[in-house]
Order: sequence, then structure tokens, then C-alpha cells
Amino acid sequence: MSTRTVLHDADIQRALRRIAHEILESNKGPDGLVILGIPTRGVPLAQRLAALVTKVGGAEVPVGSLDVTMYRDDLHRHPTRTPQPTQIPPGGIDGKTVVLVDDVLFSGRSIRAALDALQDIGRPAAVRLAILVDRGHRELPIRPDFVGKNLPSARDERVNVHLADIDGTDEVTIES
Amino acid sequence: MRHLLDTKTLSRDDALQILDVAEDMADTQRREVKKLPTLRGKTVVNLFFEDSTRTRISFEAAAKRLSADVINFSAKGSSVSKGESLQDTAQTLQAMAADAVVIRHGASGAPRTLATSGWISAGVVNAGDGTHEHPTQALLDAFTMRKRRYGADSRGRDLEGFRVTIVGDILHSRVARSNVWLLHTLGAEITLVAPPTLIPQDVTAWPARVGYDLDEAIADAPDALMMLRIQLERMNASYFPTEREYSRCWGLDPERFAALPQSTMVMHPGPMNRGLEICAEAADSPRSTVLDQVTNGVSVRMAALYLLLAGERPTPVDDENTAKKEDAR
Amino acid sequence: MTESLLFRGASIEGGAPADILVEDGRIAEVGSGLSRAGARVVDAQGLIALPGLVDLHTHLREPGYEASETVLTGSRAAATGGYTAVFAMPNTSPVADTAGVVEQELALGEAAGLVTVQPIGAVTVGQKGERLAEIGAMAASRAGVRVFSDDGFCVWDPLIMRRALEYVKAFDGVIAQHAQDPRLTEGAQMNEGTVSAELGLAGWPAMAEESIIARDVLLAEHVGSRLHVCHLSTAGSVDLIRWAKKRGVAVTAEVTPHHLLLTEDLVRGYDARFKVNPPLRRDEDVQAVREGLADGTIDIVATDHAPHPAEAKSCEWQAAANGMVGLESALRVVHTAMVQTGMLGWADVARVMSHTPAQIGRLAGHGRPIAVGEPAELTFYDAAAGGVFARDDLRGRSVNSPYLGRELPGSVRWTVHAGRITVADGALNEEVPA
Repeated sequence: MSTRTVLHDADIQRALRRIAHEILESNKGPDGLVILGIPTRGVPLAQRLAALVTKVGGAEVPVGSLDVTMYRDDLHRHPTRTPQPTQIPPGGIDGKTVVLVDDVLFSGRSIRAALDALQDIGRPAAVRLAILVDRGHRELPIRPDFVGKNLPSARDERVNVHLADIDGTDEVTIES
Repeated sequence: MRHLLDTKTLSRDDALQILDVAEDMADTQRREVKKLPTLRGKTVVNLFFEDSTRTRISFEAAAKRLSADVINFSAKGSSVSKGESLQDTAQTLQAMAADAVVIRHGASGAPRTLATSGWISAGVVNAGDGTHEHPTQALLDAFTMRKRRYGADSRGRDLEGFRVTIVGDILHSRVARSNVWLLHTLGAEITLVAPPTLIPQDVTAWPARVGYDLDEAIADAPDALMMLRIQLERMNASYFPTEREYSRCWGLDPERFAALPQSTMVMHPGPMNRGLEICAEAADSPRSTVLDQVTNGVSVRMAALYLLLAGERPTPVDDENTAKKEDAR
Repeated sequence: MTESLLFRGASIEGGAPADILVEDGRIAEVGSGLSRAGARVVDAQGLIALPGLVDLHTHLREPGYEASETVLTGSRAAATGGYTAVFAMPNTSPVADTAGVVEQELALGEAAGLVTVQPIGAVTVGQKGERLAEIGAMAASRAGVRVFSDDGFCVWDPLIMRRALEYVKAFDGVIAQHAQDPRLTEGAQMNEGTVSAELGLAGWPAMAEESIIARDVLLAEHVGSRLHVCHLSTAGSVDLIRWAKKRGVAVTAEVTPHHLLLTEDLVRGYDARFKVNPPLRRDEDVQAVREGLADGTIDIVATDHAPHPAEAKSCEWQAAANGMVGLESALRVVHTAMVQTGMLGWADVARVMSHTPAQIGRLAGHGRPIAVGEPAELTFYDAAAGGVFARDDLRGRSVNSPYLGRELPGSVRWTVHAGRITVADGALNEEVPA
């Protein structure tokens, strides 16, 4: 089993800065944006992204979290998962442009669950998807709007995302 | 979690998990769309051998909010009242492919008998068995206490140092028993107050102080005072001379309520005998958590059903192994 | 003429090995190097020879409850457990409170032919505790009843108990009391104490047994009568019997095998196989009854064999019937509880499970020493064998045994009743001999 690093901490910072600019560009500014991270690691990523967008865009962008455990379609195939908190910022999501943030995009099922969850919370004007690493192997017609790095991978390889907030360092590795 | 039968054997981690998941469930109950798709396609049977509208409705709401299908079976007027055994009733449910059975029964131990019998493969939730346990009641009580004390910061917290006094018919109360074990597991200190005839003969091993004097207990300024319903239907009159005397000695009347510190929560599992064990002022005051307890009951029961049914379920083979081990004792 | 039997090399009541020759229903010779032409020879080396066991407390359920057991199936269970005589309790339907019913039971036992079935008569009509039953008629009947009991129920009215104790003297009888104050045990499900408080099961306090025993020994003393106490279960009861015997009261007491071994902790899983009356008690009570049996305060072991159909046990605790079958397992349980712990030797086992029960019940021809001229009622037991007690070990109609799945020592290999083999090398032998 060998592990190699595909993104170092500096790469991750650069990727997030670029995504922040891309979000502002596509939204034509900061208005109406709500950034929601999908637990676990989507949450610190969302917070960092929101801070960057706020700094560059010049206006406070609300940030929160969206837990999708209750909406997954594969619950009964795994031991019971404990849900994480869902925190929707005070302004809600009705009429807003929600940017979902997650660390790795793989089959796309988490994002489908996130879309279902959003539907029960409110009616956003638009939903965008920001991903740090897209490793391919989609099982549903889901594509990200903003990508940190495209990382072609074999199905049986493991992509590990470590973030300082949770794991102590920032890096993305792939294990084969 | 294969079954939820009691709080005596519920670990601290499992108890906190239920309470924390209940927080998430409670959040969804405040949204416009209160429903979650999580248990879609699962069937929950409410098997109630004893009358109870409140608990049954609470479980029904919990199951439906998770999109499960609910079948209500009440013993009155059914084949059971004509002499059908627990075994035959259970096997009928198995034939109907129930995923979970929520059972309330007049015989202590009936849920455990059902869960370990091998008659059904469904998960079993004890909704109250005889005078033994009522685990979801204790869990919603603990949830309520935690919420009142810590508010939005409740997740992950236990009840360390929290002082709870429970007053009433301890001898016949499954609510009292479940609360004693769970509160102790969560680090709370428990005091029981009742007439001597309504305290079990040997509670020396219980993690609780026992006293006969309610005024003394109130002077001790507990964080929560839980009044139990005097179950007139269960007892013959020799446990205390008159209702009047019971109320005078052990009722939360207006004078005692006034002597209670402002910060003390007043709790009651319901239904209340207003004027007997609890006065109207206490029941209707902001210190009363009675209605919160009802709301929280749905969230806690949603959490219990989720943890029982959502993940991959252990097979009935595991139960056979458990039964064989018990046989060999 | 039945065939002669020659058992070689058995240890008589745990003593030196010897050969035992059985002929025409009697022990013809005891010695070494015996032989007899035409005799069936059994290699009994390594086996312990005991006088045929006598159970003073069995429920055979017939007439009336044949779904649980019949005299025939109960006899099979008894012989399998090494018994050659059982006393049948009268809580049948109809109750055995008349000469007619006890003679019927006697006849059923004779027809089954595996053990001597000695009927016990009820103390009161229908066991209702209101009027004395025709004790004299039952004593004079072909069944020759000497033991009278309302077992299942306590003779609670002190005046009725006094009258019964007095009256039965005329017939050399003894009243066997089921000591349980009914008012203190209404709806009771298990021993009252720490465990019952936890499990939410109504309690059966020890003093509800002790208070009746205290009263009855004083009554027996006052009227100068014999008294027998059934299924003693508490430490306090042992103390009371000890005190009474010191005073010279003619009281005897029995303990069941399950009360020598099992405690109330087994109730925790709500498995109704452990539901019994009197209930399983604390560890301290088990220790006290063991000591009582060892020092003679408790005179005998009696099984209280109580068969029940499956639906009466595989249900919620409250709905389940009280009772355990015990004939097949009794000797093995006494072996593990009393012999392996060094509290009784095999000669003591012979005393408490054969000699003294026969004496209390006035049953001639049983509980005799293994000596020339005595009736051939014998049990041969392999103390070195053993294994997990299973359904296969049960021979009665019901299977409500608390020992299923439990490792027990020993094995009954041969039982001889009236000079005929009823259990051959561990297997029941029901052939009618030539």
C-alpha cells in the first residue's frame, strides 16, 4: 500500500482562493450567497471559503452546515450513522444562491441527498456545488460548479482529505 | 442498537447518542417540512396491551415524521382480549413483516420476553412494561432537563451534578425506575420521596437517597422536582389512608410550590391529577416542563426509531446466540 | 419368576465395592465374588449403589391435567432419575380428597409398574381450607394414605390447621404444610428483595413462609402432633426448624434440589423456567438450606416435580405458571450442590433421599438398607459421568426444567424396582418381565 500527497497546504490555500474568486465572478458579486458545508470536512472548508469570499467580495456572506445523513439512500447498508448538526444561517435559504461545499466528490449520492434536504428546508433561487477534490466515478448526473483539483483515481484507491481544523494539517493524499 | 428495552443496561454513550440525535430531530420539528424520508418503507407496529393514548400518539407521530408506515394494534376488543397469547400475537406481526414493534404491556418483562423469544426479528422498543421500565420517558425527561439547563449548547452534555427529586408512588412506577438508572448514568444525583408503603422494600442498592419528607426535600433546593401520578387504578387503599392525606403530605400544593426555588423545574410525566399530586399553579407555571416533555417525547422517540431501524440490522441469528448463552447459565 | 440380577462391584453408599444379588424381589446376597447361574450380570464397577430414591413431593397431574403429565409419564421421569417411589400430591382434578380418587391414583401407578406411586390426600375438601377432608377414609383405603397436604395452597386458617394436626394423629398421619401466608403474597411473582425492586415484579417476602412455620411448629407442639414442612426455602425458616427441634417438636422439613442450587438472579432475564413457588431466593438462603440439610435440621430432599405445558412457560413472566420438573435431575443436582461441596457423603444422600422420606411417609418396603432380605429397590449412579443437561435427559411429558443447557455431574445408570430393572444402562426399560 503506497500513499502519495496530491495537494500540500499551499495548494489547498490557492485552490480555495481561486474558488472564492470564481464564486464571486459567477454570482456577479456577493449578494444572495449562502455557503453551506456538508459535514464533516465540508464544514471547515465552507467556513474558510466564506471568509475568503467575504474578504474579496467586500460583504459578509452567511455560512452554515447541512447534514445529509437522514436523506441518504444507503443507510441500511452500513452501521447506524450519527447525524451531525444542521445550522442554517438566520436569513434562511429562500430565494438565495446556496453554494454547497464538500471535500470529495465521488458517486454524487451525498449531493443528491443534500438537494433533497435543501428542498425540505426552503426554496433557494439556485444551488451551486463547490468541491475540493473531484475523483470521478459518478453514479448520478451530478457535476460540480467549482473544483479545487480533478483527481482521476481507481475505484479501490482511497482519497484522504486532512484539514488543520480537524486533523492538524492541511493535505490531500491518495492511497493505493 | 438492536432493541430499546430499559435504561438499566443503557450505556452512557448510547444514552448520549439518543439525546444528541434527538436534538437534530427536534430541529427538524421546527421547520416547515417536519418530515424526513429516513425510514421510508419501514413498518412500525404499535402493540399496546394497555390503554395509552398519549404515548401511542407520540410514537405514531415519531414514526410518521420519519416516513415510516405505522400500524396500531390495541389489545382491547382484539384477539388478545379473547385469550390470544403474546406468542401468537407476535408471530402474526412477524408474518406482516414489521420492522419495529413498540410494545406497552401490563406484565413486567414482557418486552424482554418478546425480544429474546425468537418469535420476531423486528426491533423492540419498550413503551412501558408493568412496573418495570419506560425508557423513552426517562430519555425525554433527561432531554428536557438538559435542554432547560444548556439550551442550544446541549449536544454532547450529560447531567453531571444535576439534582433531581422524584416524588410519588415509586413502588409501582416504571417512570421512576427508568429515571433512577438513566439519571445516574448521566451523572445526576437522585432523591426519592414517598410514603414508606410506596417505596420498594429493598432499595439499598439503588443510586438514590430515599426520604419520606417532601418539605425537607424542597428545602434542599433540587434542580428538578418530578411529581409522579398517583395511580389510583393500580392500588388497593391500604397504601395510604385517604387521597386527602396523601395530598397533604406528598402533594405539590401552592405553599410548597411557593417554597420551591425559582430555578427549579417542575416535571410530570402526565397525565396529571390536578389538585392531588400537583396544584394548578405549579402545573401551569413557566417552571413547569410538562408540555416541553410532550414535544420532546416525539423527538426522542424519533431518535430511538432512527437508531433502531436506519442502519444495517443484526440478524436473528445473533439473538439465537444470545438465547443459547442465557440457557447455558 | 423374574430373572435374577447380579450387580458386580458397586460401591455401596460410597463404601467398599461389593456384589449384590437380587432374586424374587429381594436382596438375596451381598458380598464379593458372587455368582448365580442364569442371573443377568451387570458390571457395576465404578457405580455407587444407593437404596431406591423416594420422593415425598411429586405432582403427577393425573387425574385432570394429563396435558402436563400422567401417572405413567411421571413414573418414567421418576425411574429415570433413580426413584423407586414417589408420593403424589393431591392437587389434581378432582382433588384427591376422597378414598375413591386416591385408590384411582394407586391403581394408575400399579398399572404403570415403574415406581411405587403413593397418593397423598388433601387436608381439606377441594383444598379450599374450609372443612377437613375424609382423612380417615383415605387412610383406611387401599391407598393407605399417611401424608396429607393442601400443597399449592397454605392451610391458613389456624383453627383448621390445629384440627388437622390433632385429627391426623388417629391415623399415624402427618400434615405436610405449604407455608405461604396468602395475604402477604397476593399477586407475588418472585422473592421480595433487591431484585424484585429492580425488576418491577411483586414480591414474595421470606417472612410469609417463616410466619406460618413459626405458628405451625407451636401448634404441633401444643397438640403433640407430627408436622412436615414442604419446600423450605429461606434462612429464617431453617433457623425456626432448628429452634423447634431443639424444643422437641416432632417437625420434619424438606428442601427441593432447585433451592439448593439456584438463586433469584436467574429471574433477571424474565425466563419463566425459573418461576416457582416458593420462589428462588438469595445466595444467603441457598447457603443456609445447604447447611440445614447437612446438619440434619432439614431432613430430606423432595423434588416438588411440577410439570407444565409449553404455553404456560413460554410467555410473559406474569402469565406463566409456577413450577419446575425435577425428577430426572434431582440426584445430579444434589450431587453438585451437596456432595461436590463436601457437605454430604453418599451415605447421607441415601438418608435424605431414600431412608428418611420413606420413614416420614410411613412407606414400607422403601428406604431400606442395602442388606440381605431387604426389598430390592436400588439405584446405581455413575458419579464420574456428567454432561450438559438437555431435553433428551427428560422422560416426563413436560420440559420445563431450569437446568437445560447447564453442566451437571453424574448419571443414573440402573434403577431396580421390586427386583426388576426399570432403567438399564441409562435407558428406560418398560418391558413386562416374563
